[in-house]
Amino acid sequence: MIPPLFDYVAPRTLSEAIDTLAGNEDAKILAGGQSLIPLMRFRLASPALLVDLNRVDGLSYIKEEDGCLKIGSMTRESAVEQSPLVHQKYSLLADAVSVISDPVVRNLGTVGGNLANGDPGNDHPATMLAYEADVVAAGPDGERVIPITSFFLGLYESALAPNEILTEVRVPAKRDHSGGAYLKLERKVGDFATAAVAAQVELDADGNFASVGLGLTNVGLIAIKATAAESFLKGKAPSDDNIREAARLAAEAAQPIADVRGSEEYKRSLVRTYTLRALRLAVQRAKGG
Amino acid sequence: MSKHHISVTINGKTHEADVESRLLLVHFLRENLNMTGTHIGCDTTSCGACTVQLNGKPVKSCTVLAVQADGMEVKTVEGLASNGKLHPIQEAFHEKHGLQCGYCTPGMMMTSSALLEQNPHPTEDEIRQGISGNLCRCTGYTNIVKAVQYAADKMAEGG
Repeated sequence: MIPPLFDYVAPRTLSEAIDTLAGNEDAKILAGGQSLIPLMRFRLASPALLVDLNRVDGLSYIKEEDGCLKIGSMTRESAVEQSPLVHQKYSLLADAVSVISDPVVRNLGTVGGNLANGDPGNDHPATMLAYEADVVAAGPDGERVIPITSFFLGLYESALAPNEILTEVRVPAKRDHSGGAYLKLERKVGDFATAAVAAQVELDADGNFASVGLGLTNVGLIAIKATAAESFLKGKAPSDDNIREAARLAAEAAQPIADVRGSEEYKRSLVRTYTLRALRLAVQRAKGG
Repeated sequence: MSKHHISVTINGKTHEADVESRLLLVHFLRENLNMTGTHIGCDTTSCGACTVQLNGKPVKSCTVLAVQADGMEVKTVEGLASNGKLHPIQEAFHEKHGLQCGYCTPGMMMTSSALLEQNPHPTEDEIRQGISGNLCRCTGYTNIVKAVQYAADKMAEGG
């Protein structure tokens, strides 16, 4: 399958890319292309112009700075996967990147593209909701910081304006006694999740939950933050009963639809079980460091 | 619609061409250059039959535009052998019967040879993870894994 005709430009600087977007309403940004190019081949997307960010310098990095783990939007998933910093301190993110699509796709797929695409089946949205990360968007009037909790507006729809480019993701820096986990059920490597759960927890001096972040993948039109489950756990002990109740609340927050991957009931049950397991693993990791 | 002049180094040789924006790298290789060693399988970024190395990393060439490869180095299955001598991974697929129909083989070899560059002594699990983006419908994975292990040993001995 061959995409419909389109124009293509590969700007060298971010400002050039923003200017090009501003003058072209029917333009799309090409990041890793691992979702967009298939969509174009199936003729489900037919932008008139592709603005390729792959030749813009300075958008690929992973570093700790100003109390954040900063990830450039064009950072490849494989670079995150191979980052010792991520492995040592950001277990939720390390788990998530290792199950995004397949290893060959991860050589091109980018963190920014995975988020900006606004696909609830992608793995970074729920992960970043659990971390309560921020994203940075650059536009003609400069930069603005968007909390991830107000970034996803609908299916394939984000808070980015048509002339804005996602440039950076900011994950709160690792705190003591915190840990996370990402658990995903997929029918085969490379498929979207039947459902997946991202959990990030921090324990206080008494060993109770100081904070809890829970994100759900592919069980709604957007990735879902399971806020009722999060607030239920806050201040409570990580006991089996409490974790079970949080898992029940997370399953209630899911809005799955029946499809080839399973029935609504099955997916809701999966969210409950995976929330339970992800929270247990996150607590175990938080205790270990 | 825009045409672009590109210059791509493929298996060490530079090729120049004027291409449409929409031309996919796999079609550039197969149709413009008649390099049909790279296969097209699923056409949906799933199967990995079209895997080539772009600047040393395996990528699915059905999901890269030819114009994106401008100025880059591409290695295809045709570039594995050198001076008439098979690459250890090719010899290994032969010795360990790592193929039946052979359709997935070029992609399997491009992914696994890159894996061995990065991780010269992979465990069986690392090999299975490493080739999980490449599908073999003859279900020959057992022998493919044996072949990658054989190639790892050969390369450790110096080829």
